[in-house]
Amino acid sequence: MSEKLISKIPEGTLAEKWTNHKAAIKVVSPANKRKLDIIVVGTGLGGASAAATLGELGYNVKIFCISDSPRRAHSIAAQGGINAAKNYQNDNDSVWRLFYDTIKGGDYRAREANVYRLAQVSNGIIDQCVAQGVPFARDYGGQLDNRSFGGAQVSRTFYARGQTGQQLLLGAYASLNRQIAKGSVKSFSRHEMLDLVLVNGKARGIIARNLVTGEIERHGAHAVVLATGGYGNVYFLSTNAMNSNGSAAIQCYRKGAFFGNPCFAQIHPTCIPKHGDQQSKLTLMSESLRNDGRIWVPKKLEDVKRLKAGTLKASHIPESERDYYLERRYPAFGNLVPRDVASRAAKERCDAGYGVNNTGLAVFLDFSSAIQRLGKKVIEQRYGNLFQMYEKITDVNPYEEPMMIYPAIHYTMGGIWVDYNLMTTVPGLYAIGEANFSDHGGNRLGASALMQGLADGYFILPYTIGDYLSAEIQSPKVDTGLPEFAEAEKAVQEKINRLMNIKGKRTVDSIHKELGNIMWEYAGMARNANGLKIALEEIEKLKNEFWKNVYVSGTTDEFNQELEKALRLADNFEIARLIVLDAQNRFESCGGHLREEMQTEDGEAKRDDEKFMYVSTWEYKGENALPEQHKEPLKYEFVKVATRNYKD
Amino acid sequence: MNNVFTSSIGKKLIMSITGACLVLFLLFHMAMNLVAIIKPEWYDSVCAFLGVNWYAVIATLVLAGGFGLHILFALILTLYNRKARGSNRYSTTAVPKQVSWASQNMFVIGLIVALGLLLHFSQFWYKMQFAELMGNHEVTLGEATVSPTSGSAFIAYYFSNILFVVVYLVWLAALWFHISHGFWSALQTTGWNNEIWLPRLKFAAKIFATLICLGFAAVIVTFYVKSLLDCC
Amino acid sequence: MKFKIKIWRQKNAKAKGKFVTYDIDNISADTSFLEMLDILNDKLISEGKEPVAFDHDCREGICGMCSLYINGEAHGPDTLVTTCQLHMRKFKDGQTITVEPWRSAGFPVVKDLVVNRGAFDKILQSGGFISVNTGGAQDANVIPISKKDADESMDAAACVGCGACVATCKNGSAMLFVAARVSSLAKLPQGKVEGAARAKAMVAKMDELGFGACTNTGACQAECPKGISISHIARLNREFLTAKLRD
Repeated sequence: MSEKLISKIPEGTLAEKWTNHKAAIKVVSPANKRKLDIIVVGTGLGGASAAATLGELGYNVKIFCISDSPRRAHSIAAQGGINAAKNYQNDNDSVWRLFYDTIKGGDYRAREANVYRLAQVSNGIIDQCVAQGVPFARDYGGQLDNRSFGGAQVSRTFYARGQTGQQLLLGAYASLNRQIAKGSVKSFSRHEMLDLVLVNGKARGIIARNLVTGEIERHGAHAVVLATGGYGNVYFLSTNAMNSNGSAAIQCYRKGAFFGNPCFAQIHPTCIPKHGDQQSKLTLMSESLRNDGRIWVPKKLEDVKRLKAGTLKASHIPESERDYYLERRYPAFGNLVPRDVASRAAKERCDAGYGVNNTGLAVFLDFSSAIQRLGKKVIEQRYGNLFQMYEKITDVNPYEEPMMIYPAIHYTMGGIWVDYNLMTTVPGLYAIGEANFSDHGGNRLGASALMQGLADGYFILPYTIGDYLSAEIQSPKVDTGLPEFAEAEKAVQEKINRLMNIKGKRTVDSIHKELGNIMWEYAGMARNANGLKIALEEIEKLKNEFWKNVYVSGTTDEFNQELEKALRLADNFEIARLIVLDAQNRFESCGGHLREEMQTEDGEAKRDDEKFMYVSTWEYKGENALPEQHKEPLKYEFVKVATRNYKD
Repeated sequence: MNNVFTSSIGKKLIMSITGACLVLFLLFHMAMNLVAIIKPEWYDSVCAFLGVNWYAVIATLVLAGGFGLHILFALILTLYNRKARGSNRYSTTAVPKQVSWASQNMFVIGLIVALGLLLHFSQFWYKMQFAELMGNHEVTLGEATVSPTSGSAFIAYYFSNILFVVVYLVWLAALWFHISHGFWSALQTTGWNNEIWLPRLKFAAKIFATLICLGFAAVIVTFYVKSLLDCC
Repeated sequence: MKFKIKIWRQKNAKAKGKFVTYDIDNISADTSFLEMLDILNDKLISEGKEPVAFDHDCREGICGMCSLYINGEAHGPDTLVTTCQLHMRKFKDGQTITVEPWRSAGFPVVKDLVVNRGAFDKILQSGGFISVNTGGAQDANVIPISKKDADESMDAAACVGCGACVATCKNGSAMLFVAARVSSLAKLPQGKVEGAARAKAMVAKMDELGFGACTNTGACQAECPKGISISHIARLNREFLTAKLRD
């Protein structure tokens, strides 16, 4: 274990840890907060909530987002809901149960202390959001309503129709707007972070490009918070937004932040299947649909053939000829097994030839029995907007014919390594939300991403950052004229010029698609030693091709979307390499990471706790050198580690 | 009430209130006209009752003021809105089905209504109330000379001419469009609307506009038909 | 399918723009409109030409980033969708498709089809929030909110801030956008406290930024990808006028 990997987990029982820690860490007085500057990069749930809260506390905050408004961040697309241990449904939910479900759902690869803290602050998030005017769904008595999500046997998910992420983000964005109006937060939209600046080993600012004018700007601060989300777009086709990227995280990695568990990428089981080569992204259908939808494929291969030929409609296949394979394999959780389990099961059926569309890569998500039981009106009320979305995309009416779904890359559990304070291995650099690796282990449960982003931003970072900043109250304003800034700016400028001057033959997107294909083929839902080896070679080849043969149109001093994409793709090669290296190392099947060599006889994932119960982190050692691995062992003092069982 | 009328909504409020006053006046005017169908003499006594009596003069002034404000703010808002639309216009526009033609063209329709009003004033008001105000007790109507308060004579005279009948009917059609939007729009602007009442009010606006315009048209047509019967 | 795409090209905010027509072929009916533009851009780049700049992000109709005035309609011919959810099956083979940026004084063009919607942020900064600091909020179930009110608040809160309402309004009015926020908060007890101040501040900011006055044509509602009703504008009017009456 590297001396840098100190998790700083406080002493005490699980329930006491956060309380004790809060009491022990230092705070900054209001007079001193005014003198301290903080940069927050990214304005999703984590970034917006952190920036707003830090602004309320009195710090000078600068926020950066690549879109035209903070409200566009991809948190907005989260559909289903947010978990909290309120126990409003009286179904014996508790902080412990939420904690336990999350640890177990994560396949025992997350830190106990972090996850417990997450469960502890979850209730405060709901209170906070309601106070901000988030219109959560209510029952007829005016109380908050809940639904169930995968990996849980209680109803603890709060939701606002199928737009929970949007409503939570608008709440955080509203708080942010209030601070912007007050002047405590300054907003830089259409700005992209292109490098992290270190002064004497501490994070002291960023280099950003104004995406409208192309100007390269220097911004200094006493601390930098990275809230830039995940890196799923490495796979090109994913449920991420087109502009979501892991570029800023990679810049931090290159400046010394360790990257944790890069191979843990979540494959979401319910996405609309791919329709052709021209497709630009995959659309998610919320996990909440699995509350009432039943997943199946035909029992007989001849029915599959007739479905593909278009001579048979799914609704005409009788009950007795349908294989509700999740209910069959996992009777206790049924259609609500965690995402990794549901995805693997879909892959298993499709690999066996039961895929129901012409590509053979789709299964049915059927609402007919729910419509019979509850009536069309209730289903419409619950999922109307999702059904509408499905119909607009596929031209199929899901009230009449079952939806077709297939797994797709959705979320990345891996990310920048952080300690209990959410600080990375670079002093003064913090990572929150999906950008860090911390709380979800090998697999994230549904409705937990929103919870983590807001927990980090509202309740954790604003406290823990004070501990670091209390030692910075004597530091003067960061001078962006320092040679470190000049150097970083020059490097960015050179990188941009180099890209512009390649003037090759291939478009950025064509190379990105190729990278995506490599990743999905060899480092997607199932991985094996041979495939990973090929992947590593292919990535290297493609990277060389990129630097020799890419064509970036336009100029540097204007709004240039091709240049934006090229810069991000250049960093994607580094992420792709990290994913593959980490997947090679992790010779076990765990959460979203399935090594084909490690499966039980009935096709379930086989974990190896003896050898792999650790966070695998990677230290950058230069462009052409292999990164160095460091391990943070995971100790389970409070829960009994067991094989995940969703069967009974 | 601080500065309410300098805001965009405040300006619209003026349009609503003045518009509502004008609509009420039309209702009253229309009801009065209908009397002429029943018995022209009764109509003449209504004209005499109003005439230059103080209450009628005050009402006329208020009405004129309201009308002036309505036109003034229509102009101000139209210019303001043109500026907000920007100097670059779309090359192609398709108006959605749910959007009524009247709502998109209120200013132009309003102009037609105002032009018709000028004709109406020169033919009726100028020779009736205005003449009386000037102290004339006799005005010429074609070849005849009549009292300014004998309204039915005016109606009979002008609406025996098919040209005026057509012009007035076109004018009423414009008025119909103007009211069919203006009626519910005024309520919407003052905030008297919601999801449930929106379709109801739109429907009510059409009914109301139709009643008003039919009422006026009935008088015109009746007198035209009468003139045809008289001469044959 | 093949199409003639007539697109507005404008180098930057200051340059004068013009229409350029491109031919595009081999488009599957299942392709989304933005994917069609991706393909067009790929073709332009391979021909050494400048690709068309357009805003887009989530491509599932929720981020509000995509815009485009297609054949005279905001977000194109389909209803209740953003441009990213529009598919080529809604067009006829061989059709000419005119693509323009949002045009309104409040939304200056940045480049080609990209406009600056920063004015929306400014309007929300003027009062589109509930003044509550993090921490210290009471339990979420202390104040019951009737399902009807919560639902109505959610109807308005569905606004994605794309700007189709302004783009489509002949008056360049932002009333539906402002109304959606004001109305959503006005329906909740938490939002009522600052209701009057909010309505006044947001309307004042909207006027200041040069958006037009509403003439109740309802075009915004017809083009809104989230189907937000103009009944929320009535509520905004009510909130604003009663607030002003009390002053």
